[in-house]
Amino acid sequence: MPARIWALVIKEFLALLRDKKSRFVLIGPPLIQLLVFGYAATFDLSHIPYAVYNQDTGFASRELLGDFQGSPAFQQVETIANEGQIAPLIDNEKALLVLQIGPHFTRDLLLHRPAPVQVIINGRNSNTATLALNYVNTVLLSFDTRWAADHHWGRPPAQLVVRSWFNPNLLSRWFIVPGIVALLMLVVTLLVTGLSVAREREQGTFDQLLVTPMGPVEILVGKALPGFIIGGLEGLLIALVAVFWFQVPFVGSILALLVGMALFLLAAVGIGLMISSLAVTQQQGLLGVFLFLVPAIILSGFATPIANMPELVQDLTYINPMRYFLVIVRGVFLEGDNIPMLWSQYWPLALIAIFSMSAAAWLFRHRMQ
Amino acid sequence: MNLQRLRGLIRKEFIQILRDPSAIAIAFFMPVFLLFLFGYGVSLDAKHVPVAVVVDQPTAETSAFVGGLQQSLYFEPQIYTSMHSARQALMARKADGILWLRADFSRQILQGNTASIGVLINGVDANNARILEGYMQGIWQNWLQQRAFNVGAPLIIPVNGEDRIWFNPALRSRDYLVPGLIAVIMTLIGALLTALVVAREWERGTMEALMATPVTMSEILLGKLIPYFIMGMGGMLLSVALAVWLFAVPLVGSFWVLLACSALFLLTALGMGLLISSVARNQFVAGQIAIIVTFLPAFILSGFIFDIQSMPAAIRIITHIVAARYFVSILQTIFLAGDVWPIILWNSLALLLMAAFFLGVTLRRSHKRLD
Repeated sequence: MPARIWALVIKEFLALLRDKKSRFVLIGPPLIQLLVFGYAATFDLSHIPYAVYNQDTGFASRELLGDFQGSPAFQQVETIANEGQIAPLIDNEKALLVLQIGPHFTRDLLLHRPAPVQVIINGRNSNTATLALNYVNTVLLSFDTRWAADHHWGRPPAQLVVRSWFNPNLLSRWFIVPGIVALLMLVVTLLVTGLSVAREREQGTFDQLLVTPMGPVEILVGKALPGFIIGGLEGLLIALVAVFWFQVPFVGSILALLVGMALFLLAAVGIGLMISSLAVTQQQGLLGVFLFLVPAIILSGFATPIANMPELVQDLTYINPMRYFLVIVRGVFLEGDNIPMLWSQYWPLALIAIFSMSAAAWLFRHRMQ
Repeated sequence: MNLQRLRGLIRKEFIQILRDPSAIAIAFFMPVFLLFLFGYGVSLDAKHVPVAVVVDQPTAETSAFVGGLQQSLYFEPQIYTSMHSARQALMARKADGILWLRADFSRQILQGNTASIGVLINGVDANNARILEGYMQGIWQNWLQQRAFNVGAPLIIPVNGEDRIWFNPALRSRDYLVPGLIAVIMTLIGALLTALVVAREWERGTMEALMATPVTMSEILLGKLIPYFIMGMGGMLLSVALAVWLFAVPLVGSFWVLLACSALFLLTALGMGLLISSVARNQFVAGQIAIIVTFLPAFILSGFIFDIQSMPAAIRIITHIVAARYFVSILQTIFLAGDVWPIILWNSLALLLMAAFFLGVTLRRSHKRLD
């Protein structure tokens, strides 16, 4: 590598790390966020607060409620004695759901008549409500099986036997934490590259850089390397924390992950530099970073599946590097993927990297105030 | 406080806004762009999930069960002839799950035994897998009822849950995601509008020029706050209009309460931006801090998508310093449930405290001094 590129890289590192606040911002928050988000970002429910309105005095309702009390997913917060108390509990979010058992519950069951349980649930957050209803159903189902066997109801003609691959206990942390690896790598890379050209333009030093003997490719390499190195080191660190701290299984090939990381970083650095060289002021650069970062994360499949999006938006996600990298990270962590299995994800990333890098290099010279 | 001086400062700020239109883009273009994208793009309602179906020995019993699957909006069954090819489809992510009816399915039922219905789900996306499992249970229970009705056999479901879902009976995830998105987007807008403006004055040296004039520090800060507050409220109204008219989210509560709470939240977000700006005194660092502290915390820790109640206790405490948390709760309540005063008042109080904290600290840290 020519000495002058090296000099530019050193200058870039100094510009980034000289400021104490900037140094801290690059290293501290991503690690803190990994730990906080790793614990926070889960779809699994626990301590679902529920209230009981039991009009039945028999043993069957007591047995059923005992099942709810014994389940770690549920936490009883209130026992109520009349219908009017339901609304305030749900309105004020004191309880997510109220179990209402009618006065003839035990009698009906003993007469071999089906008896309902009313589940009144707060639907404000529809995902939480759907999942909580599933949990309720699971408890009811195991009660049903036991009751039918103990009280000679006969056996159901068929039963579901559900097994899940790659994540047998359906821990959503296994899904989310590898996603956070991708999320934070993208954020760190954009932190380093997204404002770097814009700052030089605003301060006028970019014009000075352009009159040096360096060509656009050399400037590109000099500007890209710090983002690549810092993003790569933090990405590795975060992946290690995911494996050793959060105990997410890692069953695939390490090399496949490294190749994916390198391609993803190149794409992210290219996009960061492209945004940065399009912007004339840092304010514009910051706007550009957000206009890319926010859709890139929300439309990546990180939290909500791409398959649920409308066709048009699904097509849009094909230009999003996060989309491919998430498949790579999760595939390598959970599904045991290796390099040949991931070709279909590698080449689009490489394409995005080549396109964005060339666009950035072209913009260096052609976008002057 | 001198109103004439303040007016001058506000005028100056508006001229600067017009000169670099990125602030206008932040206030008006960003909410429209993001709401459009997410309102259409983000959904947790799985529909037409591809499921591989393997029936070892087709009979009337098996086709009744598979028929239930085919009629469901949630599934898109694809028939495979062997478990081997179905497994490969699952590995290749062409199917999210497999339904397997073994060769002895009908015989077991006829003999009065319990046949097993094999369901295999790709568990990588655990949330989606759970939702699929729930849908599958629904199909199974329907089948049991249908069969009991047709054959005249007793129904073996002693207790079943009758769900009454309040506020969002159809469980449309868009109805809660769109109000949540407004909170996330307003966090970004508020902080982005102000994060660079004080730092820019320091960096360009114009702060020193301002200090040589008789204006006081609180006038300078108010001169920054008022123009961006006006623009931010414009963006907010635009978002609410889109939510109600484009995405048809019901607005059950009162518009004026919503407006008052939004103003309070915007003050908090702008205050956070001003604090970042006056701590960093350097646009580059201020921009970096804004990227770190705004979007991801508002996205992950606000209860917008991940349930706060289910987080570990230590993380639940941390969520209290995320202003978006209070606003998400207020928005979801006003939009879907109505004016529930205990929720609105407590969360507003928290927002008020945070706004006072951010603006107070900003004022304390800003002295007319050069160093």
